[in-house]
Amino acid sequence: MRHLIDISDLSVTEIDELIDVANDIIDNPEKYQEKCKHKKIATLFFEPSTRTRLSFEAAMLELGGSVLGFSEAASSSAAKGESISDTVRVVSFYADIIAMRHFKEGAPMVASMKSDVPIINAGDGGHNHPTQTLTDLLTIKREKGGLDNLTIGLCGDLKFGRTVHSLISAMTRYKNIKFVLISPSELRLPDYIKNDVLEKNNVPYSEYTSIEEAMPELDILYMTRVQKERFFNEADYERLKDSCILNSEKMKFAKEDMIVLHPLPRVNEITTDVDDDKRACYFKQAKNGKYIRMALILKLLEVE
Amino acid sequence: MNIDSIRNGLVIDHIKSGKAMEIYHYLNLDSLDCQIAIIKNATSKRMGKKDIIKIDAEISVDVDVLGYIDPNITVNFIENGVKVKKLHPELPVQITDIIKCSNPRCITSIEQDIHHIFKLSDKEKGIYRCIYCDSTPKVTKE
Repeated sequence: MRHLIDISDLSVTEIDELIDVANDIIDNPEKYQEKCKHKKIATLFFEPSTRTRLSFEAAMLELGGSVLGFSEAASSSAAKGESISDTVRVVSFYADIIAMRHFKEGAPMVASMKSDVPIINAGDGGHNHPTQTLTDLLTIKREKGGLDNLTIGLCGDLKFGRTVHSLISAMTRYKNIKFVLISPSELRLPDYIKNDVLEKNNVPYSEYTSIEEAMPELDILYMTRVQKERFFNEADYERLKDSCILNSEKMKFAKEDMIVLHPLPRVNEITTDVDDDKRACYFKQAKNGKYIRMALILKLLEVE
Repeated sequence: MNIDSIRNGLVIDHIKSGKAMEIYHYLNLDSLDCQIAIIKNATSKRMGKKDIIKIDAEISVDVDVLGYIDPNITVNFIENGVKVKKLHPELPVQITDIIKCSNPRCITSIEQDIHHIFKLSDKEKGIYRCIYCDSTPKVTKE
């Protein structure tokens, strides 16, 4: 039995296979309509989500399976003080696979230690979000034609941005990748990722505090939201929330074939006038999330 | 100062000066009823000053955990008054329930009865990371 807790749980070959299956699902959805008939996914979301939870549920429904679960901790036994271990032990009696989001880092890993069914990390605090990364990789492959030879700008909250952490882990395994890190100094990428991931793998990176400076060299600009829920102190959030904003004026500095990604939801970090730019791919990215999650569910349930 | 030699037991030597009591607590030596000598600030040619613990009983010791506390330690095993083995502990690949993760965002801060597990992520620098949240301690001991 396999779980997906961290993107590094999957080899590059397995990621390529998932992307191939997702592309096949996009081209031939009817082939997959009954692949998970009589299977159930439990979506245990201790933290609010729109896209991730609904895309998991839509993924299972499109595979012919069914869904159960909860969308906030208040409507689960966690509100009564139940541990993750107990919750997961019980839910694994009712479902064939579990997608879990939790506000505490490492919660899905704890779940995987106690579960009798595969656990998918659907986001754990500011730590990791591997299925968003699979979504990102599918989108990059479809839009750029491959995953090698790319200069990737990561902009916004790089400190608590779990999508950024997982994406860096994944992309360092491809050839000739360079990262450009754009954030206010308070929200810089954590040292453990710089040291243990980038420097350890000899992946070059540079750091900027404004988008304009970095823009001309980018093949991909990955925008992130400054997340209010990650701050213990509201004043810090207010001070930093508008520090990196992309608008159509700044897009003039970008290459013609650069793409803009964002895991969504956005607040104001991408102004709506960018949405009509053909380089804005974040809604396509959200759509791709369902297909790659379908591919992942098939893999973890070992459905041929 | 004279301390009786031990017949069967352990001598934990080359402890960084001042760390003997830390090791005493980690090994739960206060639960033993044999003779134990704690020598603080002994003269050392190599270290200047060092601490030594002599335990007059054959006890099982997790040598690698000692390596986490102080990698320069040596552990000598004594049988019939003769040193039969000397070990230099390695940094353990994993340590369980020795230190606690202090990251308030980590699941260990709320989950009941969870093992606090750290893995060695950089052998050269001796850096450990919580397996749940990847943070490096700032650790607090159990």
